[in-house]
Amino acid sequence: MAVSKDDLMVHIKEEWCKGCGICIAYCPKKVLGFNEHGKVSMLDRDNCIKCGMCEMRCPDFAIFLGGKENV
Amino acid sequence: MNNPLVENYFRVDKLPHIWCPGCGHGIIMSAIARAIEKSGLDKDKVCIVSGIGCSSRAPGYMDFNTLHTTHGRALAFATGVKLANPELEVIVIAGDGDLSAIGGNHLIHAARRNINLTTICFNNNIYGMTGGQYSPTTATGDKGTTAPYGNIDRPFDITQLAAGAGATYAAKATVYHVNQLQKYIEAAIGHKGFSMVEAVSVCPTYYGRKNKKGSAVDMMNWLKDSFVDMKIAEKMPEKAVGKFVMGEYVNKVEPEYTELYDQVIERLKG
Amino acid sequence: MSKVIKFLQGNEACVEGALMAGMRFYSGYPITPSTEIAELSSEKLPKVGGKFIQMEDEIAGIAAAIGASLTGKKAMTATSGPGFSLKQENIGYAAIAEIPLVVVNVQRGGPSTGLPTSPGQGDVMQAKWGTHGDHPVICLTPDSVKETFDLTIRAFNLAEKYRTPVILLTDEITGHMREKIEIPEVSELEIYDRVMPEKGADYKAYRLDEGDLVPKMAPFGSGFRYHVTGLMHDETGFPSNSTENADVLIKRLMGKIEANKEDIITYEAYETDDAEYLILSYGGTARTAKAAVKKLRAEGIKVGLFRLITVWPFPEEQVRALSEQVKDILVAELNFGQIKLEVERVVKGNANVRLCGKANGEILTPEELMKAFKEVL
Repeated sequence: MAVSKDDLMVHIKEEWCKGCGICIAYCPKKVLGFNEHGKVSMLDRDNCIKCGMCEMRCPDFAIFLGGKENV
Repeated sequence: MNNPLVENYFRVDKLPHIWCPGCGHGIIMSAIARAIEKSGLDKDKVCIVSGIGCSSRAPGYMDFNTLHTTHGRALAFATGVKLANPELEVIVIAGDGDLSAIGGNHLIHAARRNINLTTICFNNNIYGMTGGQYSPTTATGDKGTTAPYGNIDRPFDITQLAAGAGATYAAKATVYHVNQLQKYIEAAIGHKGFSMVEAVSVCPTYYGRKNKKGSAVDMMNWLKDSFVDMKIAEKMPEKAVGKFVMGEYVNKVEPEYTELYDQVIERLKG
Repeated sequence: MSKVIKFLQGNEACVEGALMAGMRFYSGYPITPSTEIAELSSEKLPKVGGKFIQMEDEIAGIAAAIGASLTGKKAMTATSGPGFSLKQENIGYAAIAEIPLVVVNVQRGGPSTGLPTSPGQGDVMQAKWGTHGDHPVICLTPDSVKETFDLTIRAFNLAEKYRTPVILLTDEITGHMREKIEIPEVSELEIYDRVMPEKGADYKAYRLDEGDLVPKMAPFGSGFRYHVTGLMHDETGFPSNSTENADVLIKRLMGKIEANKEDIITYEAYETDDAEYLILSYGGTARTAKAAVKKLRAEGIKVGLFRLITVWPFPEEQVRALSEQVKDILVAELNFGQIKLEVERVVKGNANVRLCGKANGEILTPEELMKAFKEVL
């Protein structure tokens, strides 16, 4: 079943983030950044196009595109 | 909450994994899980086999029948698993040293037999687990803790090595080009015969530091700039000058080993 | 029931026994004087739906057999001296990961390439200590073609029962010698099959049920997804660095063999009841020793033979008890005293221990043994 992008959002599992910065560097919309702990953080959710590249390149399963209902 | 992919295909209680920040291996492991998901495999019928090294810790995190063997021998163990029970989809995870140095003999012979194993080489061009010694894929001139004056060895191209030994599917992609990587892994899983995908990884901790390659992101950028797709390289050779070529090097159909053996058994019944 | 009588080489009898025990997978690499085991396996296994594969080297030979065993198949590999050296690392793997496996070593003259077509018994200590780290070992050694058949079956049974590699240590004498043997019906044999966990059970690959020393083993692909590693692991099979956990595991591995010594150890005591002197031997050399004992008895000398059938674990209590009865123990073996050392250790000075050994590729003759024996009189 195809899931509409409207139902998806980027989730961050901060405790698994090792702060490598790969997702931040390759986010096409530059909506991600580091927080004060050096972990990834969503800075601009409105401009996230939900492409999922952050999830694909995250070595640590710390960021992913998932259902909104799971928030 | 966790990524559904993680919930479905990983042993969540074993995560986070032991790999260093920025290590490309997690990207490959995640691509393998997605490729398995897309292939629609039954988890109970998937066996993941590894040898020793950083990459070889991957099976411990993955929720399948998992076998962490001795250094270099993953393909030999996997050959026994597959021949004894061809129903199992056997995927081998091996580092560059594991696969092409201590396990080099098993690589060429598994490829020669065309046994239906899918091998994913996590190539970070270094021995990471032991602290950064040069490997058979370390570029000439690069440094390792055992090549303090620069490596004088010539490196293997593992994809070409497998192809030369008879692999019927051999492809190469990098952890930067992750869509392509996942596509090749999926194709390799679907391929009947010996398949190998060389996943070019990054090791910021040892290879990066020893060779002043910068951060994980810097190393990913280097992959982005240094690899060119085979189709582009064929159409516009000038774009491939001084670069590494990724793509499907071999994709052909030849008789598969366990099927040939089953034919022998059938013949003897008659 | 019609009896099947065959005239077989020891190596052939090994394959016959293996098939009756349920061997359905063989992987190995050609090496003299064990090659007939591979050749006959390649011929016979596909006829019973089993698999044979000639691997690229000795290491791969044992590795593939371990992999096959994990899918629930009874697996064997065979080799000789140099190949046995190469297999050592993975023997340790099978020991720590508790994978049933039979490893046959048809001993030849060593060290190194040594004497490929001549007998030797120089691998007895390697069978115990060859792989690194402390580990349990079961090692059996036959003295005839028939016993090669019997002990191959026993090796499979012990491997499956105790989830451990079992080494069948034969030698070029018994491997290449031909004798008439009677092949029993499978129904006459005691065949032990692996104990599997129940479906739907909360399975932990290395968890013991109450009263057990050996965990139940699920074959890969049967719906129990678990992890197997050569690292120290806990009862789930996952690696663990905890020293407490390592202590539990290694003590259990050693303990499961130690606690079952009575079941595992077999030996032959010949003319020992009234013996004042003892010859201790094993394998092909024990045939010489028995001939010498018969001749010496004919001369009126009260001498007996203690023949090891299980080499490891060593029949300590039995040898120690005999050492309290006899004045002198002559150990006959084709090496420079490997088992003699073990005998000295267990008799603790109760009896004089001497060696009649050589390692030049020749067998010992009864005359040589008698001459060595008579030096004590």
